[in-house]
Amino acid sequence: MSVKEIIDRCEEIFEDLNFTYAREWKVAEDGRKVVGYMPVYVPNEIIHAAGMLPIGILGGGDAMEVIHGDAYYQSYICRIPRSTVELGIMKNLDFVDGMLFPSICDVIRNLSGVWKLLFPEVYARYFDTPQNFRSDIGGEFYKNDLQELREGLEKLGGREITDDDLRNSIQVYNENRDWVRKVYQFRSDQPWKVPASEVYLLMRAGEILTPEDHTQMMKDYLAAVENEERRMKDNCRVVLNGSFCEQPPLGLVKSIELAGCYVVDDDYMMINRMITEDIPTDGDPLLNLSEAFLKHSLDLASKFEPSEEKKGKFIVELVRARGAEGVIFSAPSFCDPALLDQPMLAHVLDDANIPYISFQYAENSGQMQPIREQAGTFADSIKLWSAA
Amino acid sequence: MSNDNNPEVKKDTSMLKQKEMIAGNYEKLTNAKELGLKTSSTFVPGNLNELTRCFDIVNNLPEINALGNAMRKQSGAMISDAEKMGHSEDVCTYVKADIGMMAKGNIAPNGKPMPNPDMLLLSYTGCYTFLKWFELLREQYKCPTVMLHVPYQGDGKGQITQSMRDYVVKQIKEEVIPTMEQVSGVKFDIDKLRELMRNSAKAEDNLVWVLQSAKKKPSPIDGYFGAVYYIGPIFSAFRGTTDAVEFYDLLRGEIQERTDKGLGPVTPDGEMGKEKYRLVTEGPPNWTNFREFWKMFYDEGAVCVASSYSKVGGVYDYDGFRHDPENPIESLAEYCLGCYTNRNLPERTKMMADYIEDYEADGLLINSIKSCNSFAAGELLMLREVENLTGKPGAFIETDLVDPRYFSPANVKNRLESYFQMIEQKRQAA
Amino acid sequence: MKCFIGIDLGSTTTKAVLMDEDKEVLGQGITNSRSNYDTAAAVSKQEAMISTRFTLMRRGFENVASAKDSMDDIMSSLERNFRLEQFREQLDDLRTTCKGFVTDDRFKANADATKAVLDTTFNQLNDEAAALFAPGAKRKSDFFRDIAGGSFMNIAEEEAKKADLSYDLLLNVYDKSIIKVENRPPAGDMNNKFTRAMENAVEELSALGLNADDFATAMTEGLDIELEETYVVGTGYGRVRLPFPKEHIRSEILCHGLGAHIMYPKTRTVLDIGGQDTKAIQVDTAGIVENFQMNDRCAAGCGRYLGYIADEMNMGVHELGPLASKATKVAKINSTCTVFAGAELRDRLALGEKREDVLAGLHRAIILRALSIISRSGGITDEFTFTGGVANNEAAVKELKKLIKENYGEVTINIDPESIYTGALGAVEFARRAAKGDLTGAEEQLGAA
Repeated sequence: MSVKEIIDRCEEIFEDLNFTYAREWKVAEDGRKVVGYMPVYVPNEIIHAAGMLPIGILGGGDAMEVIHGDAYYQSYICRIPRSTVELGIMKNLDFVDGMLFPSICDVIRNLSGVWKLLFPEVYARYFDTPQNFRSDIGGEFYKNDLQELREGLEKLGGREITDDDLRNSIQVYNENRDWVRKVYQFRSDQPWKVPASEVYLLMRAGEILTPEDHTQMMKDYLAAVENEERRMKDNCRVVLNGSFCEQPPLGLVKSIELAGCYVVDDDYMMINRMITEDIPTDGDPLLNLSEAFLKHSLDLASKFEPSEEKKGKFIVELVRARGAEGVIFSAPSFCDPALLDQPMLAHVLDDANIPYISFQYAENSGQMQPIREQAGTFADSIKLWSAA
Repeated sequence: MSNDNNPEVKKDTSMLKQKEMIAGNYEKLTNAKELGLKTSSTFVPGNLNELTRCFDIVNNLPEINALGNAMRKQSGAMISDAEKMGHSEDVCTYVKADIGMMAKGNIAPNGKPMPNPDMLLLSYTGCYTFLKWFELLREQYKCPTVMLHVPYQGDGKGQITQSMRDYVVKQIKEEVIPTMEQVSGVKFDIDKLRELMRNSAKAEDNLVWVLQSAKKKPSPIDGYFGAVYYIGPIFSAFRGTTDAVEFYDLLRGEIQERTDKGLGPVTPDGEMGKEKYRLVTEGPPNWTNFREFWKMFYDEGAVCVASSYSKVGGVYDYDGFRHDPENPIESLAEYCLGCYTNRNLPERTKMMADYIEDYEADGLLINSIKSCNSFAAGELLMLREVENLTGKPGAFIETDLVDPRYFSPANVKNRLESYFQMIEQKRQAA
Repeated sequence: MKCFIGIDLGSTTTKAVLMDEDKEVLGQGITNSRSNYDTAAAVSKQEAMISTRFTLMRRGFENVASAKDSMDDIMSSLERNFRLEQFREQLDDLRTTCKGFVTDDRFKANADATKAVLDTTFNQLNDEAAALFAPGAKRKSDFFRDIAGGSFMNIAEEEAKKADLSYDLLLNVYDKSIIKVENRPPAGDMNNKFTRAMENAVEELSALGLNADDFATAMTEGLDIELEETYVVGTGYGRVRLPFPKEHIRSEILCHGLGAHIMYPKTRTVLDIGGQDTKAIQVDTAGIVENFQMNDRCAAGCGRYLGYIADEMNMGVHELGPLASKATKVAKINSTCTVFAGAELRDRLALGEKREDVLAGLHRAIILRALSIISRSGGITDEFTFTGGVANNEAAVKELKKLIKENYGEVTINIDPESIYTGALGAVEFARRAAKGDLTGAEEQLGAA
């Protein structure tokens, strides 16, 4: 397949608020179930092991008009819960049998209750991850939490989820994460060959496709993009931070690059990047999932950092590892985790003499001009600065 | 309102007592170095006051500082200072008021600077922002910071699972207590904790009695604005103390007397007029214009008979929780897990609907707070659900905790009046 | 005769409705809400009285044989001529006030020259006045400030240039004066104006061969009826500023609910989009409010949004709807934030999108916002009544109808061209009921504690 064919397919999936792929997957075999999850992280392995399709519910984007969802949220709350509720009320999600709401902020947390009240027939669960990272304390709690999820899905699916099912799914996702890392590495190596919007769409497709299909797609993409003739531009290299929940419109993703910035790392889709190392496929699978989260997961605003010295250092390490020249903070308006974290990350960057800018967006932001201007000025200033 | 009137004098007794207690705590805090005491900052929901006291650590509560600064009209400048320092306009103003206060030298109400805390006790209960707040403070103070992650009662019908309980207990035993021992140099004594908890339970009994006195008609108290004074000691630094026990004894006596005389609540302008509307309120009050806000209610004869805010530092009435000296650590865990904002939305909704029935209220009034997503996200659905469950109309207003820019008196008054008139009109039509 | 008055003090306009004992509306008046609410209330009330006089005169004219076949023409001519009289009177007031501001210490040697320019300007304005109120003439507004203002500026700028005087200074004099004139309680002898207007009308309609004397008696009778102000109820955003005791004030929610019920008794859901806020109201079969929601703290999507857009596009607010109706496609506008919408609008235009398409998108954005508020209040129950200034905007109505159909199916949608008076109509009905001792919805006086 050509790059264009792959990306067109991704874009089609991305724009499809009716989730045709998932609907078709569901009816292809009797008894299949689909489980939606909100950002930022749930262990997809368990859903997969239950024979279900996990799909990321990332709001309604900029194409959807929100009426009923708006009725439930005040103007000072971000947009993702309102467009998600709109999707629910307008029956775009009527094929979704379960919904998981991870512990990322109070809005998504409370959305779990909203879902229970609005859609009582759906298996809706608030999914907690520990803020204590000791195996015997947070680990123990998390393992129980995973077991409860497992039992909940067993009940929903009417079948047992064996340890072997889980091990097999861990293997599938290990491979998926591996290819995600390869895509990111490739882009970091040759960003002119892999536009930010293509990586974005490729990763967005991973929120809908089965992990097997998604892995294949990434393989095809990397194979195809090698041979693309794409001109290297005099762009600066930036790391993007703060977009892990409500997503910017695609126009914004493109605008940053058009303004002269190669995005060499980002936090748009964390679901298949959160765990940074392969999870062992032998032993107690829940313990392995738990340990992976405790010991080998990315730093993120929604996670407590127990060590003051380490707070925010990940961003400097990321900038260095990716050979980036600056950071763009791009957070949704009213996003508590991103916006409260930002000053601390900014201090760490100040100390390391790494330049940064910040702006805010909503998933339906209509005007890109100010963002193009800011990102453009940032790129220019970095070039001037490095030339000096 | 005259001073030779008996209830007034008695009211003053508990009020004076509380004033004295709060002033005393600020004196202790600001003189901690001289007194050789250690201090800890922590939050109102899920605070471990009895435990902290076992180590002679003095509690400092940034939320209370922020609301105090708002009542003294100082929070606006603090918030804009924090925003100039790079904090977003979109986020919680408690945090920004606290950071702005720090920038202004952390001056306590007694005019003396607060000492830097010796530890931060991050009781992560029912509010996501707490986590970031103390990371931000830790950046400044570089002091030991202990996280107590209290899992949200998200699933099922809000039952607390054994796993949640064990998780909190283990954290208290293996993270919180060792850090406190290390910071204070005091060895943990579980019997001391039991003793303090006996005091807690006594005070809690009386607090519940006072809050439930609002079931009477007319209600002798205001369970929202007035309750701010009633919950003051037990939600802040005094749970477990004999002072708190005495305070709630006094208070109960005073309210008993008001009830006996068939009196309504006391307001800042004296005795309230005839009780015309009984409301249940959801959400914290606004602090920058607290009196002006309250006046919009009592001028219209509206009494808040029950509120979720008076449960923010612990729910004692709804399911009868008391601190238990026999199982001290477990009951601390239970307490943290049960705080109002740690309960899921369906359960909060049911609680409000039950209050409307139990207190024979006219409906639910939601004061939606811009700063507080923990309360606010989902409140519009709660309003609709409670209306459906009770058949009584609700109303919705919006303000902020401590940001004076978000209090629009004309807007709030307009909505309140419309709501009261709607209740009246429906009554007349019935 | 006993009459009742309801006054709706809105953020942009103040409306008054006058009703008789038989629940019949006799007159209504509107004026722009100034900074001075007392005056706005007084002016709107006087306008409602004037409109009542017209109603009463018309009743009298029913008995004049020569009027029978051309009643509408007569009434319209009479009213136009009356407005012209009124306009000239205010113009004179404005001229005197302007000249009063031209003092020697500010204008030095130019004082006389300035007064001369003012005289020339006002003479010209006076001459043009007749054309403004000629049959078929369109005025861009019915408010003195709007009609006089534009013309004044055009003429004065010309004249100032000719006389080599500072136009800014003239403008400053005008600005100060118009506020004074506007805030002066309406004066002048009504009856004389009616009489002169009638004479002019008869002359204007000479083709009909009317005889002024035929109408004199009927007119005098109409003017002689004493309008006894029995009970006044105030409502609207500025109601707290009304110089009324508490029991004479009702919330705008209650008044809009009742007003809509009177206009369309089957109304169950009311949407009102006003200047400052948007209200969704659910009423029962008797017009009693069951639930309501207003736009939240953020004023996004209110009538003011359109005002802002009109300013951005350098158009009159009433021109927006007609232009938007010419759209061939609806541009997607995501921001109902008044401030951001301006930026988004410029962005779209810069990208080459058509003005009418962008405007259509902006109208849709407002209506989407309104639908969210309706949804918050409990959705739409048949019948649905749309009121407020935006109800007169065809582009907004078109989007609303479309979206209601998509979301709620077939619903009867009522829009009265005079829906701007809904709140005042509810208020006057409350006044009529209160006078009868029915205090439904009223504030019972609080006894002293």
